[in-house]
Amino acid sequence: MLKDQDRIFKNLYNDMGADVKSAQKRGDWVNTSEIIAKGRDWIINEVKDSQLRGRGGAGFPTGLKWSFAPKEVGSRPHYLVINADESEPGTCKDRDILRFEPHKLIEGCLIASYAVQAHACYIYIRGEYFIEGQKLQSAIDEAYEKNLIGKNAVGAGWDLDIYIHYGAGAYICGEETALLESIEGKKGQPRLKPPFPALIGLYGCPTIINNVETIAVVPTILRRGGKWFSSLGREKNTGTKIFCISGNVNNPCNVEEEMNIPLKELIEVHAGGVIGGWENLQAVIPGGSSMPLIPKEKCETLTMDFDSLMAEKSGLGTAGIVVINKDQDIIKCMARIARFYKHESCGQCTPCREGSGWMWRMLERMAKGEATKDEVDMLGDVTNQIAGHTICAFGEGSSWPVQGLLRHFKKEIQERNNLDPIVQKKNNIPYLVDQHLLDKKNA
Amino acid sequence: MSLRRPAKNQPETFEFSSSSMDEANKIVLKYPEGKQQSAVMALLYIAQKQNDNWIPLAAMKYIAKFLDMPYIKVYEVATFYTMYNLSPVGKYFVQVCTTTPCMIRGANKLVEACKEKISDKENELSNNKSCSWMEVECLGACVNAPMMQINDDYYEDLDKEKTIEIFDKILRGEDPKPGSYRGRLNTEPENNRKTLMDVKNA
Repeated sequence: MLKDQDRIFKNLYNDMGADVKSAQKRGDWVNTSEIIAKGRDWIINEVKDSQLRGRGGAGFPTGLKWSFAPKEVGSRPHYLVINADESEPGTCKDRDILRFEPHKLIEGCLIASYAVQAHACYIYIRGEYFIEGQKLQSAIDEAYEKNLIGKNAVGAGWDLDIYIHYGAGAYICGEETALLESIEGKKGQPRLKPPFPALIGLYGCPTIINNVETIAVVPTILRRGGKWFSSLGREKNTGTKIFCISGNVNNPCNVEEEMNIPLKELIEVHAGGVIGGWENLQAVIPGGSSMPLIPKEKCETLTMDFDSLMAEKSGLGTAGIVVINKDQDIIKCMARIARFYKHESCGQCTPCREGSGWMWRMLERMAKGEATKDEVDMLGDVTNQIAGHTICAFGEGSSWPVQGLLRHFKKEIQERNNLDPIVQKKNNIPYLVDQHLLDKKNA
Repeated sequence: MSLRRPAKNQPETFEFSSSSMDEANKIVLKYPEGKQQSAVMALLYIAQKQNDNWIPLAAMKYIAKFLDMPYIKVYEVATFYTMYNLSPVGKYFVQVCTTTPCMIRGANKLVEACKEKISDKENELSNNKSCSWMEVECLGACVNAPMMQINDDYYEDLDKEKTIEIFDKILRGEDPKPGSYRGRLNTEPENNRKTLMDVKNA
């Protein structure tokens, strides 16, 4: 287990209060001006040394992302945008940072803004987190009052203004370009990339977008050194991470732990074990609902980091662990996730807009045992037609959980759904959309 | 994609009250000059708050003029985001999370409680016209499942009995206390905490 002194979020459960005085007691804002005085290159190099990877799901190296910002500020100002649109089912880590550790986030905003030369920072909070947003706003007001941000922040000669922008219940705005569209006052529909936001982002200006947790750990990394952070976890999967363990466990909780911790330890030690005992475990969704589930056999030895989960054809995502035990109907659980994606698709790309509804309706029928034999393969085919054929990663996010279900629980679906196909005879009509099926057969 | 339509009965006109106007003017200042369109989401919230928790078409037209942008763009935003209510809802607006993490911890019991206490159907006012409920997608409090949101507050760690108690209160016009209903501290593992023990006991 991670030692308490190596934990970054000491106030994760709000034992100590979130105001600026308590935060300073915990070590926030202590020598911020000294850190900034060491210069841009030192900060970015230190973050690179720490091998910190983005905590929002994709796991992109943070130092590298910052170095993409133009070195010189041209005619267009730079912006820093914080993604606090936490909507991935199974994830609730950013909520705790917003309400209990807001000063870690604000200090991180100042350092990151300095590193990417931004004078304005927008924090995009999902609309449902209104209370959390108010708490963050009062922390921002405190910081202005103490001149920790604002003109010549902490006396380091850097001006920074932080603004909160509330979302309004759209999951897709967690996608970075959709988030920018939303801040610009439009529908949250993702943009094509390239151009990447680091060059053309908010209002067409260079913009760096980071997750709340990523930014909130930066001040601690700079204080204790990139070497300390990279000594935790393993190569390229370093540091600590807040894991959210929900679902069928005895004590669902958020807990900060070292990367590469065994999944079994997280569930057994911190979350009090699976309801009905470890033997009653059916499957685990390891990283928020868009990551493919992992069946019990593999959970025994699984370690939680980006690369080892990738090797299991899943992913760490946001580290929202949903434990599903044998009392649950796994097909129904996945049908509900498919309904979530059907509801949250932004409607821009046809494969996702239509396909997410197809997947949901097919899975609902499969949960009731009303599907025909051939539909199981058809469902797999639908997922393949969505993934990779959309502007943003939502296409993958919606089809991966279904693919995971088909990969590990195909037998259960087939046992429940053994009706004969409605169309008995196979017609070889080369419809355009089915062309790839024919190709496969001929290959 | 969710399909959303404005209500049939619409008021003729809408105008910001003086307090809403102050708030709106402050929000426009958050964004760079000429980018006042960014304030549309916040202004829709203000209109919604002023107009008993729903947004009439007249308010969209008013905001379009206020921000000097086309009406259709405001309409697009208001219909795209699900937190803007396009038809009247109860003074106590109950949103029950039923996405998988809540579902497997018994969110359907909360839905049952809604049906028993508030109304049979979603988006229908209760008998005393003060409450309405709907199912929503993940509210981001998964480790405190099952949970629901009433207006701005989260009610966590619920079961059917506790939900009914909360509904009894709001039907009487009282404001129940938000937070965990099993008495646990935020997101800590209940009775099983193994981390940060020295600050807990401090």
